[in-house]
Amino acid sequence: MGDQKRIVFPFPGLFKGMWVTLKTLFKKPPTVFYPDEKEVPVPRARGVISLDVEACTVCMLCARECPDWCIYIEGHKEEIPPATEGGRVRTRSKLDRFDIDYALCMYCGICVEVCPFDALFWSPEYEYSEYSIAEMLHDKERLTEWLATVPEAPGLEPS
Amino acid sequence: MTSLEQIHRSEVAVSVELQTPDMTINIGPQHPSTHGVLRLVARIDGERIEEVEPVIGYMHRGYEKLAEVRTYAQITTLVNRIDWVAGFANEIAFIRAVEALAGIEPTPRAQWIRLILAEMARISSHLVFMSSYPLELGATTPLFHALRERERVLDLIESVTGGRFHPNFNRVGGVKPVAGGGSSTKTASQDLPAGFYEGTRLAVEKVLAVCEDIDSLVTGNELIKARTVGVGVIPADKGIEYGLSGPNLRASGIPFDLRKHEAILPYDEVDFDVAWAETGDCYDRYVVRLEEIRQSCRIVLQAIDKVPSGPLQAKVPRVLKVPKGQAYVRNENPKGEFGYYVISEGGRIPYRLKIRSTSFSNLSILPWVLKGALVPDLVAIMGSLDFVLGDVDR
Amino acid sequence: MSDPWTTGWFWADTVIKVAAVLAIMLPGALALIYAEVKVSAHMQHRVGPYYAGGRFGWAQPLADGLKFIQKEDLVPSAADGLVFRLAPYVVIMSTLATFVVIPFGPDLVVRDLDLGAFYLLAISSLSTLGVLMAGWASANKYSLIGGLRAAGQLIAYELPLLLAVVAVVVQAGTMSLPGIVDAQAETVFTVGGFDVALPFILKGQIIGFTIFLIAAVAELSRIPFDMPIAESELTMGYLTEYSGLRFTMFFLGEYASMISLAAVAATFYLGGYWLPGVSDSVLNVLGPGVLLAKVGLLCFVFIWIRWTWPRLREDQLQNLAWRWLIPLALVNIVIAGILKVVL
Repeated sequence: MGDQKRIVFPFPGLFKGMWVTLKTLFKKPPTVFYPDEKEVPVPRARGVISLDVEACTVCMLCARECPDWCIYIEGHKEEIPPATEGGRVRTRSKLDRFDIDYALCMYCGICVEVCPFDALFWSPEYEYSEYSIAEMLHDKERLTEWLATVPEAPGLEPS
Repeated sequence: MTSLEQIHRSEVAVSVELQTPDMTINIGPQHPSTHGVLRLVARIDGERIEEVEPVIGYMHRGYEKLAEVRTYAQITTLVNRIDWVAGFANEIAFIRAVEALAGIEPTPRAQWIRLILAEMARISSHLVFMSSYPLELGATTPLFHALRERERVLDLIESVTGGRFHPNFNRVGGVKPVAGGGSSTKTASQDLPAGFYEGTRLAVEKVLAVCEDIDSLVTGNELIKARTVGVGVIPADKGIEYGLSGPNLRASGIPFDLRKHEAILPYDEVDFDVAWAETGDCYDRYVVRLEEIRQSCRIVLQAIDKVPSGPLQAKVPRVLKVPKGQAYVRNENPKGEFGYYVISEGGRIPYRLKIRSTSFSNLSILPWVLKGALVPDLVAIMGSLDFVLGDVDR
Repeated sequence: MSDPWTTGWFWADTVIKVAAVLAIMLPGALALIYAEVKVSAHMQHRVGPYYAGGRFGWAQPLADGLKFIQKEDLVPSAADGLVFRLAPYVVIMSTLATFVVIPFGPDLVVRDLDLGAFYLLAISSLSTLGVLMAGWASANKYSLIGGLRAAGQLIAYELPLLLAVVAVVVQAGTMSLPGIVDAQAETVFTVGGFDVALPFILKGQIIGFTIFLIAAVAELSRIPFDMPIAESELTMGYLTEYSGLRFTMFFLGEYASMISLAAVAATFYLGGYWLPGVSDSVLNVLGPGVLLAKVGLLCFVFIWIRWTWPRLREDQLQNLAWRWLIPLALVNIVIAGILKVVL
């Protein structure tokens, strides 16, 4: 190591560095010219959360487990007719409001993980910047739109 | 004493005779070279620093307080953000502490996946050092080379965990097994995706090639040597006294690496050398980190052939209640020794979480090492300690 | 020397010549800025300006210039008004004044002064004054420190620059720049019927050339000698308080002086506008092109060095100048003198 630290007269290290820079000068840059070209994120990338309204039973697990409490849920109970003649009237929960505030969201994924009913999915979409913070609150309809962008799960490495 | 030092001491003597007063200047908190919002109140005499007082706390985010009202899963998410350059490494010690309290052993496959991702976090953190340290000394080109290859590593981490910097992948008992709890998401396994091994081999090859480039651009460069050899020497005993750890301590001549000493991941089954150096100057700290990138690449290449098959997470109850107890677990983070002390009173929420962060201890040596240094050397020394303010202030 | 394009009126001639030189040099500075950003970008494996003015971003320097011009005219209230306002012009005037003596062809020189080399060095050292004025008049503690450091560096590196030029003057026997180019065009020996003439870099001035280049990079305050500007706690050093058109003057001044020093180096060491085996009348047309090609090569080396190496600390910089370059330059003069007498 002592040898490596010595400075020898014709300073070869300086010229080695210059050679690397010269070589790089002639290589093609790996630049991706956003927005004309876009990089495709991996399928598991955590871009935005999408909602399947039909599957949601308003159990509130996601809103409770969120570390930032950025999910706002309101629902009500509805009566639906009994399944068979003369049976009991059933109730079903219906979602009134399901908002995710992406200005607060940490993109941790706890809500997607705890949901027992397959109502939340990750999608790798990332282009939803807005000029006003209020528009970062995605309501039920907007979250359902994201559902179309959810990719297929990638294949796995054989173990 | 070298002749240069003699010249400088006579210079200081002259200014004493001339009664030139010291000047107190404020470096930071907004500053390109302080790795974040660090404020240094420096009393300087001409070019020489007489005394430095670091003022920290500009980035205090209250992790320990936040942890008092969050469940263990939520804390895992938050804890990624302490040392954001190497996100995965922060989670490991915490999860191990909780596993120790709950008495749950992680599955073998999960341990190996944790090892691979931890080493990738190390490569990622050291590549950031490679890019920012020469930049502070004036060499602007290594930044682009290092960060270009870092993208590959981050893409690999993202393909497994979904996040580049904040993976949030560790769970008590292993790693995240499936995407969710519902009937279809329960089958969406979060195991290593197809193409991971090949991608890793390619990334390792490119990272090693860029280490060669950085070697030519920086390690052998005589101007870098003139700026860093003999600058900021930290002797081994001072390093231990101030609680230095990681590459900073290893560069001072103590080959202490928690991965060999007290591993919480299966490092005893892979073959690697501990990178260390003797003198403890800035050049040594830089060389140690470059060598660590190479050793981490070696570990990753071995590990991807050794990952055993099996489940990704041990059997844990859905709502995890951790029994009463205390546990302190430390890990070899890229920046040094990082520990979590978890006190649980039973329940889903810890009573107290104390974080022993690496950069806080590494930073504490600044007043000692900067005493008597020249002002331009301040930048070189601070950069070589490689601290991140998120880690210092938590 | 007879001048083929003379109008016979001294002042009209001079104005035309000065205008021609400015017409080459100011767009040349812009072209050099563009070359710097593009070459440095590709050296760092990225693309550089891409959108301004079409695919290769050639209009980027123009766009930057226009942007600077439309900025607010800020003068700090505590600043010394007149000195603050004059400083950028002192710097750029002294740089542009050096082009008066640089020969672009056998007859293409604005004024062939007998004291060409002396005039050149004297005028270019006036930019140090401009730097000091900028640092002092900014009424900012950090600008002052930066200005003093810059002045110290510039003064320290004037001497090796000067001494390297003295060696060339000794070897050429004349201080006039066209005379120096002619001295390099003299035949040294004949080989198989061909008269071989060597530029000074090959005639024993290789050490002098190296010293001149190092001193030139330091005079330009470029990496590896840009401690005054890239000071970690001094923001931009003496330039901190400057914005808008005044900053443009400093900026253009830096690139113009890069061209000027490269042209001087090309003239003294590489033969200037002269190419072996080409007659004078052809050189009157090709000369500017040849000189600009040599200038381009040297500027490429300046850019290459800037983006590859780190910067030296202030004391190391001064050390290099006073303890290494000056003694070496003195030795070089002695060697040049001996060679001149002996050969």
